[in-house]
Amino acid sequence: MARLNAPPVWLKPAAHLLAALPGLWLLAGWAELLWLDPASLRLSADPVAHTHNALGLQALRLLIATLAVTPLFRLSRWTPIMSLRRPLGLWAFAYAALHLAFYLAMELDFSLSALWREALKKPFIFFGLAAFLSLLPLAATSTRRAIKALGGRRWQALHRLVYVAGIAASIHFILRVKGFQPEPYLYAALLILLLAARLLPNRKRPNRAPQPTA
Amino acid sequence: ALAPLKAKRTISLGEDLTPLKAVTSYNNFYEFGLDKSDPSERAGTLRPSPWTVKVGGLVHKPLTLDVDQWIGKLSLEERLYRMRCVEGWSMAIPWIGFPLAGLLKAVEPLGSAKYVRFTTLNDPKQMPGLRLPALDWPYREGLRLDEAMHPLTILAVGLYGRRLPNQNGAPLRLVVPWKYGFKSAKSIVAIDLVERQPLTSWNQSQPSEYGFYSNVNPDVDHPRWSQSTERRIGEFRKRPTLPFNGYGEQVASLYRGMDLAKYF
Repeated sequence: MARLNAPPVWLKPAAHLLAALPGLWLLAGWAELLWLDPASLRLSADPVAHTHNALGLQALRLLIATLAVTPLFRLSRWTPIMSLRRPLGLWAFAYAALHLAFYLAMELDFSLSALWREALKKPFIFFGLAAFLSLLPLAATSTRRAIKALGGRRWQALHRLVYVAGIAASIHFILRVKGFQPEPYLYAALLILLLAARLLPNRKRPNRAPQPTA
Repeated sequence: ALAPLKAKRTISLGEDLTPLKAVTSYNNFYEFGLDKSDPSERAGTLRPSPWTVKVGGLVHKPLTLDVDQWIGKLSLEERLYRMRCVEGWSMAIPWIGFPLAGLLKAVEPLGSAKYVRFTTLNDPKQMPGLRLPALDWPYREGLRLDEAMHPLTILAVGLYGRRLPNQNGAPLRLVVPWKYGFKSAKSIVAIDLVERQPLTSWNQSQPSEYGFYSNVNPDVDHPRWSQSTERRIGEFRKRPTLPFNGYGEQVASLYRGMDLAKYF
């Protein structure tokens, strides 16, 4: 007999696949560029910048997807969706880590001290790094064992850092673009919506007990 | 297909040229959208012929140019220039054009003319990106009169031996190789000589980030990214950025005595 509320078997694999696709697309683009056609424009004429931007955007999208899980659960009461929170969060972290590693490698010659200097000098870099550093302890404590070791309440308090990560990442994106561009504001608006949804009172399960009729 | 242009190469460059496909597919031209790929995909709505450019303002002999007719009468030059974008990437492009100085002399600037203002087409039917408030439209750029008269400053009408593709600023654009790319206004409809430093679109939108001069300067960082290095399109590693984009010998004297960190 199936476990009550067990997620459908396709749910997690589908989430993993969707999260991985942009990364696989980048890998395919680089494989083409390096081994098949050095003039390929699949990753634009500036594949380094394209890769860097795509990794960052996917990290932000997955972070927002992670933050959407709880509000969607409250709205739908569909318990299985909660099983996506951890994998989506870890994928967001993975893309953020690749985004940062790519920046370190291509722009800063792997110099952590240069990263630190840039972060202190440029708010744009500061907020990006803040977002990543907020995600780091969450990824590190994403196991059942870590929940037990920390205790549920402390673990939950720590994991509220994801809000800080979301806000910092949105500011990082807003500071990135030139002129007035709507895209980063759309992401920020979505994020604000998802954070505000948490302030609404949590609707309880409908009471199944028969109501008095008179 | 774009009409071929005859031109005599007058300025070479000891560097590999950026492939045509990259030059025509990786563009900042917000009138057609905000992504680098938007101009090449969407600039088909632009009608670069017939096209007139009004040259006026503080001049004795204002004139209206018909670009097609005018190109036929000119002896065009091919010039291989570096192009450095303020975003930290660069290209090497074989432009075809003519020195702006000749045109300015033909209209005979008044003594009071100190600056030149360039205005890009402002027609949302041809340029759908104008419907978004990315910048204060129409796109305006400006040069000091001596910068505009400098022999390196050209109006380009072609690249790689052909007329300009729409996404590169057809039919007529400015090219000022020692300044960041955005100074080189595209698809120009008006050139005006004026007395005061003109308001320019990028300077207006974020004065702390885009100065009026915007000379390529590795020592003055953009507030959000370093300007000391650049990535040449087609290469993976960055290379050092040269002061005045490598044209210092010819143009540094224009700025003698100026604090380039203040007038960036």
